[in-house]
Amino acid sequence: MKPPGTAGGATEATEAPAVTGAPGAAGVPVPDAVACSALEYAFGTTKAVDGLDLSVVPGEVFGLLGPNGAGKTTAIRCITTLLSVPAGMVRVFGHDVARERMAVRRLLGYVPQQLSADAGLTGRENVALFARVFDVSRRERAERVAQALDAVGLTDAADRLGKTYSGGMVRRLELAQALVSAPRLLILDEPTIGLDPIARTSVWEHINAVRSATGMTVLVTTHYMDEADQYCDRVALMHRGRIHALGTPQELRDDLRERRRREPGGSDAATTLEDVFRDVAGSGLDDQGGDFRDVRSTRRTASRVG
Amino acid sequence: MSAAPAAQRPVSADGTSAHTSVERYGLLLTAPPARRGWRVLAARVGAMCAVELQKLRHDRTELYTRAVQPALWLLIFGETFTRIRAIPTGGIPYIDYLAPGIIAQSAMFIAIFYGIMIIWERDAGILTKLLVTPTPRSALITGKAFAAGVKALIQAVVVIAIAAVLGVALTWNPLRLLGVAAAVILGSAFFSCLSMSIAGIVLTRDRLMGIGQAITMPLFFASNALYPVAVMPGWLQAISKVNPLSYQVDALRGLLLGTHAHLGMDYLVLVVAAALGITAASALLPRLAR
Ligand SMILES: Nc1ncnc2c1ncn2[C@@H]1O[C@H](COP(=O)(O)OP(=O)(O)OP(=O)(O)O)[C@@H](O)[C@H]1O
Ligand SMILES: [Mg+2]
Repeated sequence: MKPPGTAGGATEATEAPAVTGAPGAAGVPVPDAVACSALEYAFGTTKAVDGLDLSVVPGEVFGLLGPNGAGKTTAIRCITTLLSVPAGMVRVFGHDVARERMAVRRLLGYVPQQLSADAGLTGRENVALFARVFDVSRRERAERVAQALDAVGLTDAADRLGKTYSGGMVRRLELAQALVSAPRLLILDEPTIGLDPIARTSVWEHINAVRSATGMTVLVTTHYMDEADQYCDRVALMHRGRIHALGTPQELRDDLRERRRREPGGSDAATTLEDVFRDVAGSGLDDQGGDFRDVRSTRRTASRVG
Repeated sequence: MSAAPAAQRPVSADGTSAHTSVERYGLLLTAPPARRGWRVLAARVGAMCAVELQKLRHDRTELYTRAVQPALWLLIFGETFTRIRAIPTGGIPYIDYLAPGIIAQSAMFIAIFYGIMIIWERDAGILTKLLVTPTPRSALITGKAFAAGVKALIQAVVVIAIAAVLGVALTWNPLRLLGVAAAVILGSAFFSCLSMSIAGIVLTRDRLMGIGQAITMPLFFASNALYPVAVMPGWLQAISKVNPLSYQVDALRGLLLGTHAHLGMDYLVLVVAAALGITAASALLPRLAR
């Protein structure tokens, strides 16, 4: 594990776009889809993100995992330009979020933790709004909106008001809103929270279908370890504002199994990603993370969905 | 931290599925070209106004419920004071004199509601998502301000219809009506930005509701909507002089009734007020995003 980033990380950040990962089509290295270096964000005295280093490779599905209050949503709000951070801390495809907000936003599709489709508009109108604010031309708008609705399987319900949608449908509608602008990076904050198993699978299947057609990068948070294991290429386990484990789900599972085996009197039982989660987050209720506010806001989302 | 970048997944499983998905999602493969300069602003204003009109089409109850109060003002207050002749109106029936004031009042009430709406949209996550689109804060606020104007304009049409039914002799000159529309939109832009600015300061719906209620009636009474400035005590005249509502009412009265008005000054004040309002509300908007 890497030592935590030092305070005032902005000064040590490099000016050039971080380039790791796979070379592009022309052999030129492509910048990371997301590159955070020593990212910090505090609400008053609460350090929500505390020295986060992260690099998301273009084309992968990257899962950000961690207990309530770990700082996942805050990190995402920094990446999406909702919270302002000093220059040099976060780049999206090489664009600094502090300096090139508009360029970054054009590359992003964002589905927040909270259900946020407009209940007073139809599904189609909800998607059309995002087509408009992403500068889709009038000529193309209707067709593009129809394709986005089709991509999430909402063609038949497109002209119903949002308030008649079920939780799973609202989530898919939000996905369509995010996809209509053809984002290169799709950011999903707990896309399946509060959904039934069938709706969860359906959301993921639509994400994957569009992803295989467009090759977009996906950054996702979830509390469902089975989902992370099944759908994410790589995951990072976050706790108290920074990353404590990073790798493919398989690597993390094997790593923990190996460590358990080496312990005196250790066992060789198969480990799951949930075991890795417990290992990082500590067992039982944490005193700092997962305070009342987090649980309440999570519950609110869950009840709105259900 | 193990810095192992994962092997990338193949982008498409096989040729055939990629082909059909290109047909199905063809447009979703390329990002729309960005608009530049003033076109961004125009597009965002158009988007916000379109949403307002769509909502109004799905649910017209607000349009009707909001017509009740102006109707009562005109019917009860207007008819009564026309009979009493207590207010010097320069020779025209009081209900005629009152009608432009009530149009301005109902537009202001709608606009003041916009601050509450933006907080509601923040709480519902709708604002959050709009803030992650390529929409500058000022374009978002301008869009909201004009959407408030569109809604107020539709309400104004309703009030004008009620006034006409009550026998108020209003102009039907299209140019003058265009001027009326401009005054209604500019005034609503200012008052919606005033309330969105307060929303950016107080941040919660409860506080804003209290403040909204506390300021709307004084703004209304400290204007020439109900009575001419000349009959007010000095201190109230001073407030009326800095109250954009007075200038809006002056313009509406001049255009709708043909009374003497200071149209140049009225529009100048309304434009400057709207511009200042948009600037202030845009500056305070990031506080709502936090
Ligand atoms: N707007 C805010 N004001 C004050 N503190 C906040 C705010 N948002 C988050 N926090 C605090 O920051 C910390 C991280 O919160 P965050 O929402 O990023 O966690 P999370 O990992 O997304 O949790 P969850 O899994 O519950 O969604 C928490 O301690 C939380 O209380
Ligand atoms: Mg969260």
